[in-house]
Amino acid sequence: MAHELPYIAAINEAIHLEMARDERVVYFGQNLATTEDDEFVKAFGHDRVRVTPISETAEIGMAVGAALAGLRPVVELYMAEFMLVAMNQVVNEAPRFRYMSGGQVSVPLVLKAGYGFTAGWAGQHTGSIYGMFVGVPGLKVALPATAADAKGLMATAIRDDNPVCFFHHYLLTLEPGEVPDGEYLVPFGQADVRRAGGDVTIVATGWTVGKALAAAESLAGEGIEAEVIDPRTVVPLDLETILSSVQKTGRLVLVDQATRYGSVSALIAADVAEYGFSALKAPIKQVTALDATIPYSEPMEAYLLPDESKILTAVRQVLGSAAVTA
Amino acid sequence: MCRIRCFEERVAQLARSRRVHGLIHLSIGGEGVAAGVCCQLRDDDAVYSGHRAHGHAIAKGAPLERVMAELMGRADGLCRGLGGSMHLVDVEHGLLGATGVVGGNIPLAIGSALAARLRGSDQVTVVLFGDGAVQAGSFHESVNLAALWQLPVILVCENNGFAEFTPRSAHTPIERVTDVVAAYGFERRTVDGGDPGAVWEAFGEFLAVAREGRGPLLLECLTHRRRGHYEGDPEQYRDPVAEEQWRGSDPIVRLAGRGIAAGWIDQPGVDALGAAARVAVDAALQFARASPFPQPELSAELVYAR
Repeated sequence: MAHELPYIAAINEAIHLEMARDERVVYFGQNLATTEDDEFVKAFGHDRVRVTPISETAEIGMAVGAALAGLRPVVELYMAEFMLVAMNQVVNEAPRFRYMSGGQVSVPLVLKAGYGFTAGWAGQHTGSIYGMFVGVPGLKVALPATAADAKGLMATAIRDDNPVCFFHHYLLTLEPGEVPDGEYLVPFGQADVRRAGGDVTIVATGWTVGKALAAAESLAGEGIEAEVIDPRTVVPLDLETILSSVQKTGRLVLVDQATRYGSVSALIAADVAEYGFSALKAPIKQVTALDATIPYSEPMEAYLLPDESKILTAVRQVLGSAAVTA
Repeated sequence: MCRIRCFEERVAQLARSRRVHGLIHLSIGGEGVAAGVCCQLRDDDAVYSGHRAHGHAIAKGAPLERVMAELMGRADGLCRGLGGSMHLVDVEHGLLGATGVVGGNIPLAIGSALAARLRGSDQVTVVLFGDGAVQAGSFHESVNLAALWQLPVILVCENNGFAEFTPRSAHTPIERVTDVVAAYGFERRTVDGGDPGAVWEAFGEFLAVAREGRGPLLLECLTHRRRGHYEGDPEQYRDPVAEEQWRGSDPIVRLAGRGIAAGWIDQPGVDALGAAARVAVDAALQFARASPFPQPELSAELVYAR
């Protein structure tokens, strides 16, 4: 059975279920649990649901220490950029402790942060900055694109014994979707083929999955069948599903809301070039944000971001079509 | 203290001859703090330390031979050779982690203390750091949180007057670390860290408070860092300390003097402790030398917990 929930509510449902299942799960965050009516406070009390000061370093560092000492914290960070304040804890402590201790300890920790709020939130609240965490051995990175995946990936993240950056897309916050009832886990490292097709492979994450699916529908009207793949987690990355799709289509378009050199698409492009080169019939094409800080002005913001028409252009390029406009 | 001193003097020799190959920070002069604090703790009390952690690890119970093997990058080291001098962890003895970035360990201790409270246990968390860490944002953020949640955590600051290569006066107008935490309502005290008895007594009283679940507390220990910031430091930033003056602040010499004066040890007894430490360190070095380097497969195995 399933029920319909907005994306953000699906995430909350997963945290709620996991807190009920395992009393080691605690929930920290700024502006969290500020009233007694808060659903988490009512269910689990202030011991396990804690508001923290605007002190990201202490907040995340404290969660790392709590994880080392046996708890399983979920840290609510709101904006992904707020993690930048505590980079030492996120990059240099949480993911390194297990390795540096020779495997004596583990750090089961979820850093929950929203990203990509390109709706006039301007330069410091809109970045798609997951790429800077992808290169850190020891961290896992989840990028859910649907309400169901948001629920299933959050539950998996909480049960994982490693630090997980769980990045939810702010433009999807109220997007409704069918969500399985009760316990629901989406395994890490397992891509979802959202649409099957034999002519071209499109890989997209987060909010751009919807753009890729819309582009695929337009292409179908022209007799072009695109396969759309959502990796769902980028660490670990299901390269196998991408490579086997490319074996079939021979053409690859990568869509990513991050800037090119901070994107996951650049990494996938490198891997496919290395491991799937013989299957390629055309150069790989990347559709990413342009290399700039996200601007405030709405038309300028749109100019920088990947969209359906940029995806269509890229697909036509890899198919060798003459209809190149951009 | 004798074991720590002897161990570190041997490590200094090994570092000079490159048999210990990495970045090494020695705590010679600070043994009174390591012993006065860590020797009073239980194995299930959590200690967090920093880059100058050898003494804390040994005083907390980490076996000498496994610390030595770690410093030599061997498979039988505490961390199987992957952590090294700055990242000693010994879960069995409650050394939960030493971190290499100044001040990075303080928030971890806050989380550890919170976990103990939520478990309803009487475990105490102690974090040791230098006075350089007090100017870091992580210190102030953590101190605020510890006070807000009244956690059973003891912050032990080894104030040796130098933040790496810079005198404290160039970093902050506040001379005493106890003054920094006054506004947060910490129970706090400054002691002579070169006097192991003073450290023992003050920390013992603090430990009794934290054991009852109360806190936070801060113990500031004024110490002398005998060596440079790291092994090989040319120390152009300070004048050499005369041997005479150093002996006056050496915690081992001072405790021995106190013991002899009070009659609970004599000079042959002191000498015997030094000799026993040398035997233990010799054995540790032999163990470390016989231990193999870690196998390459270990690396991929440890990046992620499965």
